[in-house]
Amino acid sequence: MNIGRAGLVEQARGKKAKIAGPTVETAPTVGVDTKRRHLRRMVSQSVVFWLFRAAALVNAVVLGTLIGFLLVRGWKAINWTFLSQPPFDAMTKGGILPCIVGTLCLSIGAMLFAFPIGVASGIYLSEYAKPGRLIRTVRLGINNLAGVPSVVFGLFGLAVFVTLLGFGTSLLAGSLTLAALTLPVVISATEEALRAVPDTYREASLGLGATKWQTTYRVVLPAALPGILTGGILGLSRAAGETAPIMFTAAVFYTPHLPSSIFDQVMALPYHIYVLATAGTRIDETRPLQYGTALVLIALVLGMNLLAIVYRSHLRKKR
Amino acid sequence: MVESPKIQIVSLDFYYGDAIALKNITLDIQVRKVTALIGPSGCGKSTLLRCLNRMNDLIPISRVEGEIRLDGYNIYAPKVDVVSLRRRVGMVFQKPNPFPKTVFENVAYGLRVNGERNRSVLSGRVEESLKRAALWEEVKDRLHDTALGLSGGQQQRLCIARALAVEPEVLLMDEPASALDPIATQKIEELMHMLKERYTIVIVTHSMQQAARVSDVTAFLYLGNLVEVGETEAVFTRPGKKETEDYITGRFG
Repeated sequence: MNIGRAGLVEQARGKKAKIAGPTVETAPTVGVDTKRRHLRRMVSQSVVFWLFRAAALVNAVVLGTLIGFLLVRGWKAINWTFLSQPPFDAMTKGGILPCIVGTLCLSIGAMLFAFPIGVASGIYLSEYAKPGRLIRTVRLGINNLAGVPSVVFGLFGLAVFVTLLGFGTSLLAGSLTLAALTLPVVISATEEALRAVPDTYREASLGLGATKWQTTYRVVLPAALPGILTGGILGLSRAAGETAPIMFTAAVFYTPHLPSSIFDQVMALPYHIYVLATAGTRIDETRPLQYGTALVLIALVLGMNLLAIVYRSHLRKKR
Repeated sequence: MVESPKIQIVSLDFYYGDAIALKNITLDIQVRKVTALIGPSGCGKSTLLRCLNRMNDLIPISRVEGEIRLDGYNIYAPKVDVVSLRRRVGMVFQKPNPFPKTVFENVAYGLRVNGERNRSVLSGRVEESLKRAALWEEVKDRLHDTALGLSGGQQQRLCIARALAVEPEVLLMDEPASALDPIATQKIEELMHMLKERYTIVIVTHSMQQAARVSDVTAFLYLGNLVEVGETEAVFTRPGKKETEDYITGRFG
């Protein structure tokens, strides 16, 4: 590209304008007027840019303040004993090992139920469903499920899993309740991941004489797997942090041993925070432990979210 | 024409919902020859091509009337197995679309889908197909690298190899070189000359020069109608219909 030439064109156009007569619209493009307009444009762009940047920073500031607050109040409690020992002496001493184990069991249990059902639903809705009444009803159901308050899930779990099906307050009931909660998350993530797979892959596969299922199983699913797994990890982190659903269905104030069967009651991190903050008998002494527990929970949830984000960007780079 | 036609299109009407896209098409595709479908944008040539392997079935509102006979049997008959039809009639698309897998797995895909699992059979067929697509020399050292790392022209030849691996009888090519640079285009055209010794080829192209270069038979479509069909040389030098002449001389399209 010969930049000098472009200038010549402008010059020629400018000359033409003078010859043509009083119409100044075709005058050359560089002049004092436009410089002022240019400056104004730059300034307004910067202002808007900084406004948006400030808005985004608010996010970071809130998160930072939250973690800072917890750190300041709870770091004293974090040590190896805290993480590896059960609590004793009315929870003023010892650790939160059973809570950590309980939360992990509950989340993994929730995923064991929610992941297969969620992914299968997502595949059906994205690849197989024909538009119609049934599908619209199903989607309506999923969207509404996503909006149900978590305490309502807790009551649902209490009524159905604990009482009706007779599992009692247990790991099983808690996992099933949490699974119901995270199901919409997994379905949405799966559908989105499947939709992102270009149709050209499906066409190519069908053109080679593959059946629809072979196409889904051999081409579409592998391509969508990163997105689906990311959705799974995010669902997991959501299940780990919920308190209300497990309050009535699985969690218990104190249990002397780690869970050994799915019908056992468990302690859990979010519930433990609630317990220490409100129902403890020596609240002043347990306060640092309560913040310590919160720190551990945040670390767990943030850690899982971070893992999902890093994994997703790693896979994006690979493409 | 000594042998009977490989494909006979008989009074074919094609509808997208209520809109008719192909009107009363009757056309023979000769075995082991290259037939080119030409015409301005929207004339229905891609639609017609996609009818030949029933890819249009994927469009819910599409409807077909009339028959398309492959070796005498109507492919739109009620009990026809579309999956095996597509193994006999393969397709290469306009934009190269290799799977996000290795080169080897791309070519082996059709075979695996048919149930072939023997490693040595797969290797042999993959090599053979890549050679037939004139790609073997360029990829033999990177069979297990991702196919997405190949250039556009190589990817398209990979798609051709992938289609050939299934041992089709007919190869449908929908503007196979339109997304490629001139050198890659030339390679694809040379490839077609070699391929027609084994396969019947139907190609859709918006480039008349390409049609003139590669095809034995040319069919000119306009607004869903088959205006003229004949030996390529005759169609281009002594077109029978005025629309054909107008299109070829560039008056429209």
